[in-house]
Amino acid sequence: MNAPVPPPQRSRKLIKGATGDWEVVIGMEIHAQVTSQAKLFSGASTEFGGEPNSHVSFVDAAMPGMLPVINEECVRQAIRTGLGLRAKINLKSTFDRKNYFYPDLPQGYQISQYKSPIVGEGEVTVDMPDGETIRVGIERLHLEQDAGKSIHDLHPSMSFVDLNRSGVALMEIVSKPDMRSAEEAKAYVAKLRTILRYLGTCDGDMEKGNLRADVNVSVRRPGEPFGTRCEIKNVNSIRFIGQAIEYEARRQIGILEDGGTIDQETRLFDPVKGETRSMRSKEEAHDYRYFPDPDLLPLEVDQAYVDELARNLPELPDAKKARFIADYGLSPYDAGVLVAERASADFFEAVAKGRDGKTAANWVINELFGRLNREGHGIEDSPVSADQLGAIIDLIGEGTISGKIAKDLFEIVWTEGGNPREIVEKRGMKQVTDTGAIEAAIDQVIAAHPDKVEQVKAKPTLLGWFVGQVMKATGGKANPQAANELLKARLDI
Amino acid sequence: MNDLTHLTLAEARDGLKAKRFSATELAKAHIAAIEQARVLNAYVLETPEKALGMAAVADAKIMAGEARPLEGIPLGVKDLFCTKGTVTTACSNILKGFEPPYESTVTEQLWRDGAVMLGKLNNDEFAMGSSNETSAFGPVVNPWRRRGSNVHAAQEGAIEGAHLVPGGSSGGSAAAVAARLCLGATATDTGGSIRQPAAFTGTVGIKPTYGRCSRWGIVAFASSLDQAGPIARTVRDCAILLRSMAGPDPKDTTCADLPVPDYEAAVSRGVKGLRIGIPKEYRLDGMPAEIERLWSEGAAWLKSAGAEIVEVSLPHTKYALPAYYIVAPAEASSNLARYDGVRYGLRVPGRDIIEQYEKTRAAGFGREVKRRVMIGTYVLSAGYYDAYYVRAQKIRTLIKRDFEAVYAQGVDAILTPATPSAAFEIGEKGSADPVEMYLNDIFTVTVNMAGLPGIAVPAGLDSQGLPLALQLIGRPFDEETLFAAGQIIEEAAGRMVLPEPWWAK
Repeated sequence: MNAPVPPPQRSRKLIKGATGDWEVVIGMEIHAQVTSQAKLFSGASTEFGGEPNSHVSFVDAAMPGMLPVINEECVRQAIRTGLGLRAKINLKSTFDRKNYFYPDLPQGYQISQYKSPIVGEGEVTVDMPDGETIRVGIERLHLEQDAGKSIHDLHPSMSFVDLNRSGVALMEIVSKPDMRSAEEAKAYVAKLRTILRYLGTCDGDMEKGNLRADVNVSVRRPGEPFGTRCEIKNVNSIRFIGQAIEYEARRQIGILEDGGTIDQETRLFDPVKGETRSMRSKEEAHDYRYFPDPDLLPLEVDQAYVDELARNLPELPDAKKARFIADYGLSPYDAGVLVAERASADFFEAVAKGRDGKTAANWVINELFGRLNREGHGIEDSPVSADQLGAIIDLIGEGTISGKIAKDLFEIVWTEGGNPREIVEKRGMKQVTDTGAIEAAIDQVIAAHPDKVEQVKAKPTLLGWFVGQVMKATGGKANPQAANELLKARLDI
Repeated sequence: MNDLTHLTLAEARDGLKAKRFSATELAKAHIAAIEQARVLNAYVLETPEKALGMAAVADAKIMAGEARPLEGIPLGVKDLFCTKGTVTTACSNILKGFEPPYESTVTEQLWRDGAVMLGKLNNDEFAMGSSNETSAFGPVVNPWRRRGSNVHAAQEGAIEGAHLVPGGSSGGSAAAVAARLCLGATATDTGGSIRQPAAFTGTVGIKPTYGRCSRWGIVAFASSLDQAGPIARTVRDCAILLRSMAGPDPKDTTCADLPVPDYEAAVSRGVKGLRIGIPKEYRLDGMPAEIERLWSEGAAWLKSAGAEIVEVSLPHTKYALPAYYIVAPAEASSNLARYDGVRYGLRVPGRDIIEQYEKTRAAGFGREVKRRVMIGTYVLSAGYYDAYYVRAQKIRTLIKRDFEAVYAQGVDAILTPATPSAAFEIGEKGSADPVEMYLNDIFTVTVNMAGLPGIAVPAGLDSQGLPLALQLIGRPFDEETLFAAGQIIEEAAGRMVLPEPWWAK
């Protein structure tokens, strides 16, 4: 686990500049809010959306004489995350103070793990859409306090401060500079988010700011040492991460190709303009005067505790994907789509239980996900349950309904709900296998289209048209196989 | 009735139990004494109504036969302890008018045990000082006067003559105990702030082991060094108070999860068979002969009580003071960052937030606090951190090891002088060179740096009739031995005869 991560083996993803090819190098610091009831060092609630300053303890407001006490649940979640990132868990870690003045930082310092983090080196495997798999090294994961929120637009001359978020636990997950394109960076964040959500250690909600990224970007000629990097702060969507990297890489290449040099600086991404712009230069960087927080003893955990957490870790996406391929015969792509969200994977497994895996995957991915996406629903609030979808698949399998009817049935269940088998029964959607009824329909079609009957003798492919007409005449309920056989016999082809 | 203020805490406790007087009478006697002594400036806030309310409850408890350990005992509280609904300022303008909505663990435990609050006591601003001169409320007058000095209370209630400081930072606590304005007081000690003022006022003060008392609710100066403790008139009184003040607290993770012994029982334990170390490094060049003599005398007293006296070495002692004046300001610079005018305390508006910070902190902090915030900020800065802070921490480790080595040789306690001199005049030290003032802590800071318990016990008077004290340093969490040995010194030296109230109207 401590071995250095080998340089990524992959096809080169180069950017063409005016003077030749460039390689972009990306590393990321992800701030993930720990899922916990209480804050990192106080008992105040972490609930989102409360009235401003309603979840603030004396500790969070940095009242005189108040002291931090570590929340064990946050430590547990950080260790579980470390295990999920296949990382080294440090049995002893320490907390430092990062000192700076800001109104939404009541203590005048942030408590963070600067020198010895709770989690050391690890690794994330990322599957790219083109089928390539890359590995992104994890440098470290540490626990720290979030700051409050400054609100500048409520008063002409004053700012307001909301301390509800002040002191909430964050995990800062620092990657190695192992990504080589915006696509890789986006896929890494998506994968990391998936892992966190599987573990239940962060809800990954980027809209609420519960997952945010600082993106380090530099460019170089292939094979040369790393270039000077710029850090783009607080990017809060996967799409923006991609846009920010694309823009920033182009910006840096432009400067270098014009003979300029890159200034190491912190930049902000403007989602409206799609640009990054300078926030502060290296010279303006704060001196945070880190030192060990004397209010907190070193954090010590024992190996048995870590082992216990490891034993109780849920199945993670990589393992689940491998199992779906092996047990259900799914393609890597389908398996990847299904495991991206734990809820989707669970839904799929409920549908696939005792049924054909591939059929289940087709229905879940193509029909259900397609429909959910169109309507902006998540799997959690799918109008069609796994049981209902399973019942529809069963009805097809046993020949009770045709695939076409099944789609109608899915539509009915989606909009009206209900037991699929009863719906089929009540609404007479059953497939007709009674040859008498089909033959009657065939008679009708033949009688109505003598010209086609002539043509089909010479051109047997017209048979499909006849089948279609029979299906139409029976309201889609005829068993197409039976209709086919009977038509062949009647038309003598 | 005024006789009641002359009782020791133990005597008062026993008298209350025997119903010889009531808690209300005891409180009233002290309230009257406090009113008579305002010229000393020991109290920054008097809470007579609160005191009488608490005393009434105490009387009811005593009548019901439900007296708690400190039932009806009137105490003063250093203004560094947050008291719920009672203004707490750390004697700084930046906390002017601040009313905490919570009670510190230590004071909470005192009230739990039945004690009565008389008011808040003066101290150096944020406990930074050794003379109580840095207080935003002005200096405290030491009730002790040099023999034959001209110090007296003038007609209009002012002090005339070259009066003395009570030491600091717990100057108000020590002065109030010495002037019989309370039976005991809470105090805090970061580098000597309990022991040095106790020594200057002929009172007893103990700084317990770091982690013995909770720091929760005490305005922080230097978190790794701060520790609460009592100042009282006898060793026994300190033992009684510490038992109530000490104990585990889940709200302070640096507070030790250890049971609190019956300290009072240890007072009469004696020192027979104990090994007392005399550290040669504490014998400073130019140390007054009277202090040298007192030190030898103390050793002789302990020896005749059955202790074995051995010379020991604490080789890194001389680095303690400079290292302390790096560690303590470093932590203070960070601890005081919260006083920014945004949420509570003083706010001086500015054009923008930066100017508001600047104006608020410029107006709210005094000179010494500003000096230490600047020193602390400097020693933590990039490029200086390793040269100062990291080295100071290394020295701290070496100092700890010095003590560990001595205790490993079977030494039970170490005897040293408490201060390098007796009380000095207001304005006499530190006005030109702050280091002159810092040198007051030379015998006490090592104890904070090593996190050990230390007690200052009055042992005699100097040639000017001013009290001098000896310090006993113990093993971690062995305050009991300090009470036992301190009692021997107290008995041998004879109980201090405290000054008559020349300050009273």
